[in-house]
Amino acid sequence: MTEEQATETASPDIEDSIIEIINMHKWFGDFHVLNDINLKVGRKERIVICGPSGSGKSTLIRCINRLEQHQRGQIIVDGIELTNNIKNIEKIRAEVGMVFQHFNLFPHLTIVDNLALGPIWVRKTPRKEAEEIAMYYLEKVHIAEQAKKYPGQLSGGQQQRVAIARSLCMSPKVMLFDEPTSALDPEMIKEVLDVMIDLATEGMTMIVVTHEMGFAKSVAHRVLFMDFGQIVEGNTPTEFFDNPQHDRTKLFLSQILH
Amino acid sequence: MEQTSADITASDDIRPPVASIGVIGWVRANLFDGWFNSLLTLATLYALWVVVPPIVRWVIIDAVWNTTGAECRDAAGACWSIIATNFRFILFGFYPYDQQWRPLVAMLLLFGLLYYSQDRKHWTKMLGYGWVAGLVAMGLLMRGGLLGLSSVETTKWGGLPLTLLLSVFGLTAAYPLGVILALGRQSRLPIIKWLCVVYIELIRGVPLISLLFMGSIIFPLFLPEGITINKILRAQVAIILFTAAYIAEVVRGGLQGMSRGQYEAAESLGLNYYLTMRLIILPQALKIVIPPTVSILISAFKDTSLVVIIALWDLLKTSQAVLSNPEWMGFSREAYIFIAILYFLGCFSMSNYSRRLERELDRDRP
Repeated sequence: MTEEQATETASPDIEDSIIEIINMHKWFGDFHVLNDINLKVGRKERIVICGPSGSGKSTLIRCINRLEQHQRGQIIVDGIELTNNIKNIEKIRAEVGMVFQHFNLFPHLTIVDNLALGPIWVRKTPRKEAEEIAMYYLEKVHIAEQAKKYPGQLSGGQQQRVAIARSLCMSPKVMLFDEPTSALDPEMIKEVLDVMIDLATEGMTMIVVTHEMGFAKSVAHRVLFMDFGQIVEGNTPTEFFDNPQHDRTKLFLSQILH
Repeated sequence: MEQTSADITASDDIRPPVASIGVIGWVRANLFDGWFNSLLTLATLYALWVVVPPIVRWVIIDAVWNTTGAECRDAAGACWSIIATNFRFILFGFYPYDQQWRPLVAMLLLFGLLYYSQDRKHWTKMLGYGWVAGLVAMGLLMRGGLLGLSSVETTKWGGLPLTLLLSVFGLTAAYPLGVILALGRQSRLPIIKWLCVVYIELIRGVPLISLLFMGSIIFPLFLPEGITINKILRAQVAIILFTAAYIAEVVRGGLQGMSRGQYEAAESLGLNYYLTMRLIILPQALKIVIPPTVSILISAFKDTSLVVIIALWDLLKTSQAVLSNPEWMGFSREAYIFIAILYFLGCFSMSNYSRRLERELDRDRP
């Protein structure tokens, strides 16, 4: 996968935004973890968020499907504003896929049951059909032969691919990735990134929190740098890496690109 | 061990030394491993030699099995005649003698259902209907008054059927109630949370005996005149309420053992609270707490014998009644051993089954 291939296949529609965050703030106790966030994500846009640990990048994407609650400002996902309305929250969560650092597969269910769960109980798909959907996405992440196993019997890389497939089974409109490769052994990072690149090629809207700068360069339309709860700067990967504007960005880049 | 390793030559060093395998190896490693363990082994063997033969003589060789109480007094061994002669009274209490086949059939039905339900493959909707039908049939058999069966007042129920009734209903009703209380205690709604906390702490703060007394003596005082609630039912409710509070705390422990990630993964799929609990959290949390839950169920099973104090004629009470008969007075050892064996069978099969369940549910470990 080269830079051009990934970016050519699907150009984002910035005008028609699927996620809109306006003047959003969040505190953990007294700690101002997100400070005046403004962000528009277009359909089919791919955004990579990077920044030092504690900068609020995970919290930001967790706010998008309400795993964290924001305290000021607005978050609008696919035309629905996130409020305390639990029905709306569940509707949005069904449309927004989330991949966690620690996979969070359901250890008491087989792989195929992990995948079919969402379609069966949230989408009310008949079981047989749901299992077909599950097998389709397992093929897609190259792991169909493990369908009858339990998560504990799989390697970290395999588990994370299953977790991605589990989200895809819900046919989400957006996929959120919260440091999907940080908990993996180095030799397993590539298999997960390859699956994510495939997804990008197909035009999935993605927001990825990651330190994989190679992935950011080849896949992202926009790279955001966060520090102290703020989006410090955001730019195309080329501009971002070659010509960073802020000192904090420069410092960060110099630290991670040895 | 030094001599043996010195004996090994280069050619046979692939096999472990003889002294560390087989029967000799086992005896060496487990019974005579050092002077202290050897001493303990010898002491234990001596203690067994002193204790076991007299017990066998009392229980089997010198025992009498089918005699009158007077003959028993001359025998050197155990007087199992007390059980043989009073078998039906101990098991069925004051249930009309010629109708005692009915509780017997009811119990066999219960055992059959329990046995069939062991296998998780049999857990289908049909089995659920089977249980409903079975329970109705058991109730009908015990109570009578229909289909040509003569009516038997619940005041005449007693012995093993009563013990089983109190425990089977007590445990199966207490378990779901305990789970609900545990979930309630974790609720974000303050009223529900505090109701559950107050309930659990209050119930755990009093002994079961006082609950039984309250149920049988104080509670009826509050009922309007003319209305009575069955005494067995009142004891049953007290047992359920009591056991549920303990189960709730055990289940809460299991819930706290679940990682935040499991909730988040379920929620991020769009599952609501009810489905998250039912499909993701409870199956895992309840599995973790199988051992402590079974401990509670076992102790609740044994605690049903406390209904003696509110004059219900359960298994223990019927045995005591036999012992108060002058003919059999003084043979309490035999009677209590018999009762203990029955309780042990119940408890042991519960703990056996729980271990099997744990093993079966453990397949998700790598």
